[in-house]
Amino acid sequence: MSATILALPDQSTARIPKMNYLSKENGLLSWLLTGDHKRIAILYLISITFFFFIGGSLAGLIRLELLTPQSDLMAADTYNKVFSMHGLIMVFFFLVPSVPATIGNFFIPMMVGAKDLALPKINLLSWYLYILAGGLMLYTMCTGGVDTGWTFTTPLSTHYLNTNVAGAALAVFVAGFSSIFTGLNFVVTIHKMRCPGMTWFRLPLFVWSHYAASILMVLGTPVLAITLVLVILERIAHIGVFDPAYGGDPLLFQHLFWFYSHPAVYIMILPGFGVISEVVSTFSRKRVFGYTAVAFSSVAIAVFGFFVWAHHMFIMGISNYAALVFSLLTMLVAVPSAIKIFNWAFTLYKGSVTFETPMLYAIGFMGLFTIGGMTGVFLGSTGTDIHLTETYFVVAHFHFVMVGGMLMAFLSGIHFWWPKMTGRMYPEKISQFAAVVTYIGFNLTFFPQFILGMLGMPRRYASYPPEFQVLNVFSTAGATVLGVGYLLPVLYLTWSLKYGQIAGNNPWQATGLEWQVQSPPLSENFPEIPIMDHEAYDYEWLDRQQAKEVASV
Amino acid sequence: MSHISPVLWQFLVKWLTNFAIFPPEASRIAAQSDALFFFMVLVSLIGLTTVVLLVVGFSILYRKERHPHAVQIEGSTLLESTWTIIPLGLFLIIFVWGALIYFRVYTPPANAMNIYVVGKQWMWKIEHPGGQHEINALHIPVNEPVQLTIISQDVFHSFSIPAFRIKREAIPGRYTTVGFEATQVGTYHLFCTQYCGTDHSHMTGEVVVMSRDDYKKWLASSTSGMSLAQDGERLFASLSCNACHNDTPNARGPNLVNVYDSRLTLSTGETVTADDAYLRQAILNPSEHVTQGYVPIMPTYQGQISEEGVIALVEYIKSLHSNYRVQQTLNTTALVPQNQEKATPAGQTPSGQKPQGVGR
Amino acid sequence: MSDSTAIDNNVAAATHLEHPPYQRHHFETIAQQFDATNFAMWLFLLTEIMFFGGLFTAYLIMRNWYYPAFVEGSHYLSIVWGTTNTGVLITSSFTMAMGVWCAETRRKSGLILCLVLTFVLGIVFLCIKGIEWHGEWVEHHVPGLNYSVQNFVNPASNPEVYAEYHDKPLGADMAVRTEEYFFLYFAMTGMHALHMIVGISILVFMIFRARAGAYTNGHVTFVENFGLYWHFVDIIWIFLFPLLYLISRHG
Repeated sequence: MSATILALPDQSTARIPKMNYLSKENGLLSWLLTGDHKRIAILYLISITFFFFIGGSLAGLIRLELLTPQSDLMAADTYNKVFSMHGLIMVFFFLVPSVPATIGNFFIPMMVGAKDLALPKINLLSWYLYILAGGLMLYTMCTGGVDTGWTFTTPLSTHYLNTNVAGAALAVFVAGFSSIFTGLNFVVTIHKMRCPGMTWFRLPLFVWSHYAASILMVLGTPVLAITLVLVILERIAHIGVFDPAYGGDPLLFQHLFWFYSHPAVYIMILPGFGVISEVVSTFSRKRVFGYTAVAFSSVAIAVFGFFVWAHHMFIMGISNYAALVFSLLTMLVAVPSAIKIFNWAFTLYKGSVTFETPMLYAIGFMGLFTIGGMTGVFLGSTGTDIHLTETYFVVAHFHFVMVGGMLMAFLSGIHFWWPKMTGRMYPEKISQFAAVVTYIGFNLTFFPQFILGMLGMPRRYASYPPEFQVLNVFSTAGATVLGVGYLLPVLYLTWSLKYGQIAGNNPWQATGLEWQVQSPPLSENFPEIPIMDHEAYDYEWLDRQQAKEVASV
Repeated sequence: MSHISPVLWQFLVKWLTNFAIFPPEASRIAAQSDALFFFMVLVSLIGLTTVVLLVVGFSILYRKERHPHAVQIEGSTLLESTWTIIPLGLFLIIFVWGALIYFRVYTPPANAMNIYVVGKQWMWKIEHPGGQHEINALHIPVNEPVQLTIISQDVFHSFSIPAFRIKREAIPGRYTTVGFEATQVGTYHLFCTQYCGTDHSHMTGEVVVMSRDDYKKWLASSTSGMSLAQDGERLFASLSCNACHNDTPNARGPNLVNVYDSRLTLSTGETVTADDAYLRQAILNPSEHVTQGYVPIMPTYQGQISEEGVIALVEYIKSLHSNYRVQQTLNTTALVPQNQEKATPAGQTPSGQKPQGVGR
Repeated sequence: MSDSTAIDNNVAAATHLEHPPYQRHHFETIAQQFDATNFAMWLFLLTEIMFFGGLFTAYLIMRNWYYPAFVEGSHYLSIVWGTTNTGVLITSSFTMAMGVWCAETRRKSGLILCLVLTFVLGIVFLCIKGIEWHGEWVEHHVPGLNYSVQNFVNPASNPEVYAEYHDKPLGADMAVRTEEYFFLYFAMTGMHALHMIVGISILVFMIFRARAGAYTNGHVTFVENFGLYWHFVDIIWIFLFPLLYLISRHG
């Protein structure tokens, strides 16, 4: 018995189908004016990769600066700009659109059995808004940058800085609308575009988690938008509602900002959960353990996620009793994540497990996300939050969740669906190597930061007391390893576009509707609208289906 | 060992001497906070080990070579309830435990000595009730409960002493408080942990915990000659507060004797406690804070008094237990020079204003 | 657009031919298309509610803090213009609703008339808003650009308003907070006017399309969804008007 489920067609005879969404039309315009969700997903994939590497280079600069206790590589204000731009780009231009706008955009219509998203033009518009916002952000960066941190804390941002705050805020505002339109499109598609027989509880969990994330995008992002409008107005008019010098309330800004920005972390991580559900199921040949619990835990996270924002403000002078309530709700929101982890682990139970690259990333995700999630409890508990908040503990925590969790999930998903998106396989050995390198590099980079946080090293410091140096050196060393881990996929995935093996329709023997059609798919996804006559993750159905095909040949 | 390159050797020595792994526990709350911290580390380790054991164990037991055909299992209500209820229970324990510590940190005992902290870009100004002014340093006695009343005069800052496991945001426009009791004599880091602009990383200082005797000596050697309340008294006179708040029969402002911590009825009919925050507001935004029976004629002092000035005034009002002092200010008004509030910090070189974190 | 041109698959092409021309290729039925776009519009309005929700929250908190300033500030808004504008906007909602009805019953000239009326009423609303804003400019009540607290520290300086409300002079600290009121007034009415301008631009586009008969051939989705948007903008005003002009005016 071989140790892989990979089933590729005979390479000597296999061909990429002549008719597919990539070959349908040629020329730049056919891409720039496309309404095809798959092409838009590719556009997004290229653009977010671009921004990821800009954000990543800035992260490299940060780590390089922190190699020594003094601020010697760059001046303090340059460092402030670098970490601000790193945060803004990574959060709003990579993490928020990462999985939803690429993999989600590509596969949600296919998974629900539709020909496209409900609103293809809005989908294209959302990419253009993203590009506009990204351009604005780059312009802001090139014309002096911005040093507010990604949180735009008032009154610092409204009154005390003369960098391009308004430009950056406008960029985030526009990017926000891009995200709103993506989320709106998903919600409508999932509600109204399901094919016959596709009931809510036959949807892949990927769709469920995107549904939950989309609700957060639709309801949360507008609050961020109006908050940023008020920040910009306050900078222009020198009167406003956030700066106490003008009679405003700086805590109001914190409330409004975190009302979006806490749910935003769920916007970032929930789609990752979806990827892990698909991957773990496929490589265990088993239905996800407790499908309903996993589906509802996504929705529970979305609902509770809206009522925990003030845990970012425990030390900010909100009343002790408010802190109590928000701490309790934070504990409640941690439970669904724990449920998911155990359900994934038990999906392996009595499965038939193989370890291709997507699965390696998914296993890495489970480990890192467990650490990231548990350290979130440290911060959700009011007593320890006092000491740990605003230190490197927070930095390590959210990088474990966002990079260790979300980025692992993103890479897992990209490898998993790469054969479907391009029709070709990525090279397995080197990608397994890259997955391991990423995992090691990640831990080396961010685990020392937990200890630094416990020691009390504050965030956003260009210089620090010398006794913190050793751990920072470890962290910087890890970052170089991590950088290699991220560069490798770009190289071999590009290589595979031309030289990769022909993947065939269903290399992973997966059950999703997207795997039952040709790779790369037709522009219309399906030759005819499918009828869903089985549950999600029904591997026995798949076996019967394949037996039938063999019989008919 | 001679075959090890001396450069590498020096490097290692330098490293190991510069290597911290756990912060000192120098306050009463630190041990309690760390107990919870280690409890959570334990819970995390158990959780992580469970997950890793499950994933690795199942990966080995049910890898394809060994277990070629998966057995479809829908789920298990019993198991799922288990891993819903156990984490929930643990999280609730952590929640209650954390809340107990939180309330202890943010509700200092009534007998705590009060020290004022004013944050500004990019320094900490500390005002002791005895009139000692410090910049980027805080001297406190050991084994004595201390309350810090913190405010910022520009942007958000955050006053953090890792060795004490405490931290409090310095917010422009409102007082926040935090309490602690140092238990170890020594010098500890003081950080600003809320990003506050260019020199955020230089807004650091040190907290010096001294034995009671040393602390007394320090108090005596660094006094500016006037207590905070006396500073306030001079300010009270120079701003002509005494023109109205003087308890004469036709005084236009309410008498301030024993007003601190008393219940006041305002002209709007609501009753408030005259605490630090109220007094600050009443000085800066008087028209919202008119005591019943008085006319809103008091001008605003917004922009005319620094936060330190307001603190001095509040301390003065706190100290008023008889009218004698107020009467005295009436006699001395003419004699007091202006801008007394900007008394030079005694025992503090101006170098304290310069960032000193670099290459320390 | 690639999605409305050739179709790869012959089966799909064959079924496509039976569809009305306005059905987008990716919908199975016209009912599904209507359902989906209508649902999308409602969701979009939900995001708009959250958007304005942030402003309303800020307004309510500031109002609570600076109550006297907000009361006296509101005395300088014109109830007459405000009420007229409310009437104009409600009427425009009526003409818009009539427009949707005309489209549904395929009355082309009725539809055009209704759209033009809605357009005109929208312009009238903006003009009146412009007159009010001009008034505020003249009175030095534009925060950040042209602001003076004169009217509030010395209410008698504006005899008209003084005669009506007999405002007491505000303390200097409270008088400066009237700027907060006008800041929010401009932010909220400005944001509302921006939505009006967007709506009016779409109306112009619709009038041209309606003349070409685009909405009276049974395909009313666009008109209906725009109607939802227009009513929503109307409802926002229905909340703004009492909050800014009416409540506690005599407090």
